[in-house]
Amino acid sequence: MTQLALVIDLNVCVGCHACVTSCKEWNTSGWAGPLTDQRPYDADPTGVFFNRVQTYEAGVFPNTETYHFPKSCLHCEDPPCVPVCPTGASYKREDNGVVLVDYDKCIGCKYCSWACPYGVREFDEQQKVMKKCTLCIDRITDMSLPESERKPACVLACPTRARIYGDIHDPDSDVSVAIREQGGYPLQPEWGTKPSNHYLPRRKTRIQIHEDELVRVDNPLKKEALPTLPEAGETLDDVAW
Amino acid sequence: MQDPTSRSDSDQGRVEVKETTCYMCACRCGIRVTLRDGEIRHIEGNPDHPLNKGAICAKGSSGIMKQYSPARLTKPLLRKQGAERGSSEFEEISWEHAFELIEGRLSKIRAEDPKKFALFTGRDQMQALTGMFAKQFGTPNYSAHGGFCSVNMAAGMIYTIGGSFWEFGGPDLDRAKLFIMIGTAEDHHSNPLKIALADFKRRGGRFISINPIRTGYSAIADEWVPIKPGTDGALIMAITHELIKQGLYDRDFLIKYTNSAELVVDDASRDDHGLFRRFEMHIEEGCFDPENKLWWDIELDREISTHTPGVDPRLLGSYTLEDGTKVKPAFQLLKDRVEEYTPEWAAHITGIPADTIRRLAHEMGVVARDQKIELPIQWTDSWGNDHDSVIGNPVAFHSMRGLAAHSNGFQSIRALAILMTLLGTIDRPGGFRHKAPFPRPIPPCPKPPKGPEAVQPNTPLDGMPLGWPSKPDDLFVDEDGEAVRLDKAFSWEYPLSVHGLMHNAITNAWRGDPYKIDTMLLFMANMAWNSSMNTENVRKMLTDKDENGEYKIPFLIVADAFQSETVAFADLVLPDTTYLERHDAMSMLDRPISEFDGPVDSVRIPVVPPRGDCKPFQEVLIELGSRLGLPAFVKEDGSRKFRDYPDFVVNYETSPGSGIGFLAGWRGKGGEKFLKGDPNPRQWEMYKENGCVYHYELPKSYQYMRNWNRGYLEWARAHSMTRYAEPITIHLYSEVLQRFRLAAQGKWPGRIPPERLRKRVEENFDPLPFYSAPLEHKLVDTHTYPLNALTQRPMAMYHSWDSQNAWLRQIHTHNYLFVNPRTAEASGFGDGDWIWVESPINKVRCMARFSEAVEPGTVWTWNAIGKAAGSWGLSPKANESQKGFLLNHVISEELPPCEAGDHMSNSDPVTGQAAWFDVRVRIYPAEANEPEVTSPQFKPQKKLPGQDPKRGKWQAFVAGAFRKKAKIQE
Amino acid sequence: MHPAFSVIFLTTLIGVGQGLFLALYTGQLYALANLLPAQSSNFYAVGSMVSLVLLFAGLIASFFHLGHPERAWRAATQWRTSWLSREVLALPAAMGLIFLYGTVHFFDLTKPLFVISGTLPVDFSLIIGGLGTLAVFGLFLCTAMIYASLRFIKAWYSPLTVANFLFLGIGSGFMLAAAFSAYQGTSLVSFYGTWAVIATLFGLLTRVATLYRNSQFRCKVDLKSAVGVHHSQLEQKAQGFMGGSFNTREFFHGRSQGLLNLIRYAFLLMVFVVPVILILLAYALESETLPLLAFGIQYLGLILERYHFFTEAQHPQNLYYQSMA
Ligand SMILES: Nc1nc2c(c(=O)[nH]1)N[C@H]1C(S)=C(S)[C@@H](COP(=O)(O)OP(=O)(O)OC[C@H]3O[C@@H](n4cnc5c(=O)[nH]c(N)nc54)[C@H](O)[C@@H]3O)O[C@H]1N2
Ligand SMILES: Nc1nc2c(c(=O)[nH]1)N[C@H]1C(S)=C(S)[C@@H](COP(=O)(O)OP(=O)(O)OC[C@H]3O[C@@H](n4cnc5c(=O)[nH]c(N)nc54)[C@H](O)[C@@H]3O)O[C@H]1N2
Ligand code: SF4
Ligand code: SF4
Ligand code: SF4
Ligand code: SF4
Ligand code: SF4
Ligand SMILES: [Mo]
Repeated sequence: MTQLALVIDLNVCVGCHACVTSCKEWNTSGWAGPLTDQRPYDADPTGVFFNRVQTYEAGVFPNTETYHFPKSCLHCEDPPCVPVCPTGASYKREDNGVVLVDYDKCIGCKYCSWACPYGVREFDEQQKVMKKCTLCIDRITDMSLPESERKPACVLACPTRARIYGDIHDPDSDVSVAIREQGGYPLQPEWGTKPSNHYLPRRKTRIQIHEDELVRVDNPLKKEALPTLPEAGETLDDVAW
Repeated sequence: MQDPTSRSDSDQGRVEVKETTCYMCACRCGIRVTLRDGEIRHIEGNPDHPLNKGAICAKGSSGIMKQYSPARLTKPLLRKQGAERGSSEFEEISWEHAFELIEGRLSKIRAEDPKKFALFTGRDQMQALTGMFAKQFGTPNYSAHGGFCSVNMAAGMIYTIGGSFWEFGGPDLDRAKLFIMIGTAEDHHSNPLKIALADFKRRGGRFISINPIRTGYSAIADEWVPIKPGTDGALIMAITHELIKQGLYDRDFLIKYTNSAELVVDDASRDDHGLFRRFEMHIEEGCFDPENKLWWDIELDREISTHTPGVDPRLLGSYTLEDGTKVKPAFQLLKDRVEEYTPEWAAHITGIPADTIRRLAHEMGVVARDQKIELPIQWTDSWGNDHDSVIGNPVAFHSMRGLAAHSNGFQSIRALAILMTLLGTIDRPGGFRHKAPFPRPIPPCPKPPKGPEAVQPNTPLDGMPLGWPSKPDDLFVDEDGEAVRLDKAFSWEYPLSVHGLMHNAITNAWRGDPYKIDTMLLFMANMAWNSSMNTENVRKMLTDKDENGEYKIPFLIVADAFQSETVAFADLVLPDTTYLERHDAMSMLDRPISEFDGPVDSVRIPVVPPRGDCKPFQEVLIELGSRLGLPAFVKEDGSRKFRDYPDFVVNYETSPGSGIGFLAGWRGKGGEKFLKGDPNPRQWEMYKENGCVYHYELPKSYQYMRNWNRGYLEWARAHSMTRYAEPITIHLYSEVLQRFRLAAQGKWPGRIPPERLRKRVEENFDPLPFYSAPLEHKLVDTHTYPLNALTQRPMAMYHSWDSQNAWLRQIHTHNYLFVNPRTAEASGFGDGDWIWVESPINKVRCMARFSEAVEPGTVWTWNAIGKAAGSWGLSPKANESQKGFLLNHVISEELPPCEAGDHMSNSDPVTGQAAWFDVRVRIYPAEANEPEVTSPQFKPQKKLPGQDPKRGKWQAFVAGAFRKKAKIQE
Repeated sequence: MHPAFSVIFLTTLIGVGQGLFLALYTGQLYALANLLPAQSSNFYAVGSMVSLVLLFAGLIASFFHLGHPERAWRAATQWRTSWLSREVLALPAAMGLIFLYGTVHFFDLTKPLFVISGTLPVDFSLIIGGLGTLAVFGLFLCTAMIYASLRFIKAWYSPLTVANFLFLGIGSGFMLAAAFSAYQGTSLVSFYGTWAVIATLFGLLTRVATLYRNSQFRCKVDLKSAVGVHHSQLEQKAQGFMGGSFNTREFFHGRSQGLLNLIRYAFLLMVFVVPVILILLAYALESETLPLLAFGIQYLGLILERYHFFTEAQHPQNLYYQSMA
């Protein structure tokens, strides 16, 4: 069985929000759109976004780490949001594991959002239905697009290529390899929701400088050294026989 | 609901895909715009574009909301008779009326005194045209954003290595192993830098960020080195100290490619003290560096002409020439200079432990030396030596405004360029790489006019409005040594102000210093807000009147696409198109998007029709140029020469028959030539077929070592990119600067600075970098104002442009002042509290947010999120104006009175670079009874005629259905 | 969680209605067993009507919670997995049976159908009442399980939630029955009053236990697990938007701890203490109005209780929405 997902590399994500607005842009005119905005030009503008990028700080100055943390629906393998839905509007696709909402069935009871521990479902206050990341289902399955473009909008946009897309059940896929080799982890694994999206941790590169590397025969300073004579004074030559 | 898998987006309406170039920021990525029923469906990165390779950023993806923004201007507007300037009372007029008004005004000015017309442009990419228009008009009062942006970066590096970061060159992260980023938040090369940085990290490269703040790129750094603002010069020179002490420099590189081994006269009693000892040789007048200097030969222990084959010269020591002249190799002078700049000394200034400084130096030096890259690329140097390979020392640097936007930035950046040089990383794999048309001679050839006589009625300016002085005689001053330009660029106040000082234009025009002007035209510059310092007062100057009740700045024309703060102050508003509605040329004559591997330029081709009566500003200039009869725009008989801007781009040549025009690609009758060639009538089509970009990839052997690569230099000359094919020797020691210093010391035969500026010039025109605290830090009481206040670019916003964008403004709706918790504790307030930020000139009230990612002596905020109430198509209650704030109110455009003058610009004394980041502040909690809104507040701006009526409470964009629903009038 | 008034009214109103029905039916059973004087058909019919009205009012309130009430019927389809769907089935079932129960009494269709063991005459009302009782208990279970099944919301994820819904519903229903009896002038006031007090005291037990439990535990997940960065000092700086979002509106109550404490004390007094005292007083003073007052106060208290119930619930998603910048 296929389980499509995103792997997000926190090692390179710079928090640029490209994935946020490219998602909005693709989806608002797409199958899952519109992504309504409220008070777009007034106080406290708010709207539906399927993806948000957050910022966290760890540690105390000067040992501070800053993390940029994009979050969208994790397309859980055992999605708690689906069985609670009273109408069947929330469903998980059999063919690729994508969790979707059928707006024509949704009654807007918001119960599914209560059942999701990740805070990724967003209610459209104007259309009165629940919305969420579709993994760009209308893009990734659109056979009229060339294969290189059958990817989520956020993945194509991401300048750091921090978003990898693929089938986590295929052990040879980019996502599986990344999870395996770079310590990919799920969020809040305690609940057993088995999120399909994974995150790759920060990694550090250090350089070790050895002292002998600083004093070497080819040190250019040696070329400049003028033949300096030692201080004048007695030597053995003067006193010994 | 329809099954998504049975649905194709292309079935939902009439679909068209068009390629053009993004302009949600100045990075200029290639984009593909998909339209559905004529409305923009989505905008994605063009995967075939050399710059962004398919990536697109948050702004680029939000182009739709710019296109349909209610802030858009759609009609030419004239301030209502009797209405006060700044009150947003306008009437719609026709373009014809607007042109007549401008023509009447400008033709009179041109006939009397062309310098009374000032043209300043902001963060645009049209300097090829705007600069040319100004020159043709005959006014010297032209400049673009460079002076308040990063001219220190351009000047500091171009005067040293003949190329620079910013838009002129960059770090080769493809091959680097160690990358040090200094003072960069977002950069101009936004997407490409992100792509490269991520790849670099993935490959295991080590990334160090030197910045008082850890956000954005710095977040993913392997090491964050927090530094006190304005002290990088000290850090860099301490690293240099350590590198020289340990012998961790590329000696071979220094000798062959820099002036390190060249002998400098070292005798303070002589008039040529500090100049290179040159032997007689015919010197061609111009901008190249003649090779008539001397080395000290180790073998023979005597002087010898440089680059004598087989000679190994000394870098260190002190010598006496045969004629008795005392000399030292430039490198010895550098060593002497950094002698006192020990890591311990720098630790005290920068707040970085001495051990860290030493370690940084060792990492740089050892990686550069021991992890060399050797590419099997054959090339020939300027002296005829063949090389079988190109060597790279894989330590790359990048730096932007964190270094540039300080008044000591020029010298700090010189220091950085020298550090990069010591490591042998210039135009080498894994180090710094040039982008065409760089490298250019040091300094480049164009020169500003020489004196007031260059400005004559009805005559083009004699000289370039902007240029690169190489000696005091290149300055643009009158016989008293005072400025001819309104912004005082190229005067002794800021001799190397190669991009002008736009940030002083309004203050100077208001004061009438050096003279009064008549008409100011601002294009794409938000000078009544985020691109002015001391903004609250600048706004007053714009409406200030003289004794006769006339505005001190008599006529203000603003060409903008949106209802910015500045538009409110206009007498005449010219509505511009958006980037999706017009033709644009990102020309080789301005700042093209070249890659390391060769020249690249690009264009925009409209994808949607202009909204309302918008007109591309280029068309406005061509129309005006034709009406005013400016020589370049009319035929012999005075009739109009160019139909429109596209026609101009195709047919304009810098001089008749020069073969050089705005676009470098597909020149020649049939498009068979590049860079130089006859106009090609099908040029636009050819760009269109190629994704709106022209990319010439140099042969591998021309891609590196271009300062001294004979093949490349001859190629560049053959294609008219440079005037000479001489080697561009790195100015480790700057004789150019020394010339100005000698003038200040009275030892220069030509022009000398006015008395009040002598000390300033002497001190700052040091041929070797030195560290000195930023000017403002020395002139204000740093005990009263203990903190540095900075701004950073948010990645999801471009300056002031994007608050009108319904999507982007949800990400940054207002801004906070970020404060280290310890600093806040000492000032007695908590996370989220309302506080005052006060500098010597003004104060702002705002909210504070704690952050451990900022050095405790620094506070900062996102740049230009705060807006004036009612601007940008926003409701006066919008968070941007009520909770957002602009730091610019507390940043002074002038220094406190000092010896050099009462009204010196708060700028680098060498380049006139605006010292945004020098500002010192104190912070304290707001009183409990103060209102919870930011201060200062301004009377809400009114909606303008032609702007969308108020948009509803809801907005749901669906391409192909939106315009009708939102009742947008076209 | 942000308290949704539609849901507060839904759960409290139907709770009372259900309790009232149980009271009526209990009364009937006691009468059958001759432990209580038999009541007129009218008493049961009107009582059932009152119960029905309450359930109906709850139903109406619930519609205000829906974005698309016109599609509410769809909510009946997922009873296999969704407690909400089950509630959507149980509620009309209970209402129907209560309606029938009332109708049977109204038309006096209480002729025994058969007699069990020679002592227990079984009529329509007894059967329908029995089925109604099952439905009502089912409905209590469904309603409570909507909350108690959300394993991420620790404050709700407990059998105590079911017990609270049950006891508070029964308590308030019996309280209403007592008031109703007093109003009708029947002699059942003390019977209903006593059981109301007993149920209320059970409710007090479970509700206090819930409060105690909720004050004790810590959420299974913390920010470290939520973000996957295992650093002892991790703090959010920006949540990615500044004008609010569904995630900040739906899951945060935005009330101060002081106000919540106040509400807690208020509901403890109003649901448990005051009504019990009033009932005892009514007993002593043989007042007809005090039971009504007792019910009124208890119901208001229940609204506060349910409000508090929502504010008690800490949703793990809130970890992601702590700070804005
Ligand atoms: N998204 C977006 N992109 C943009 C722009 C935009 O508005 N939005 N603007 C464009 C323009 S016009 C420009 S000029 C570029 C500017 O690009 P950057 O120079 O990258 O932009 P700034 O935000 O000014 O960043 C300055 C950085 O220097 C740091 N800094 C300040 N003082 C010091 C110091 O003394 N020492 C050190 N080491 N660091 C210091 C600040 O903390 C900050 O991180 O960005 C361009 N790109
Ligand atoms: N405090 C502080 N201030 C700063 C800086 C800082 O770091 N800190 N950075 C400085 C720097 S580096 C720069 S470059 C400046 C930028 O300063 P500016 O270039 O003056 O400011 P922008 O906000 O970019 O806006 C310029 C105007 O261009 C308009 N515009 C946008 N698109 C178009 C178009 O297509 N056509 C026309 N005609 N107009 C258009 C916008 O509406 C806006 O009014 O800000 C400077 N100001
Ligand atoms: S992340 Fe939330 S919405 Fe997405 S599948 Fe998992 S539980 Fe459902
Ligand atoms: S809001 Fe819609 S999708 Fe969510 S549970 Fe209710 S009906 Fe299902
Ligand atoms: S996969 Fe598609 S819907 Fe999901 S976050 Fe990315 S762009 Fe948005
Ligand atoms: S687009 Fe990529 S780098 Fe930017 S915030 Fe999203 S994941 Fe991070
Ligand atoms: S970086 Fe600038 S040019 Fe490139 S996509 Fe973003 S906004 Fe457009
Ligand atoms: Mo800039």
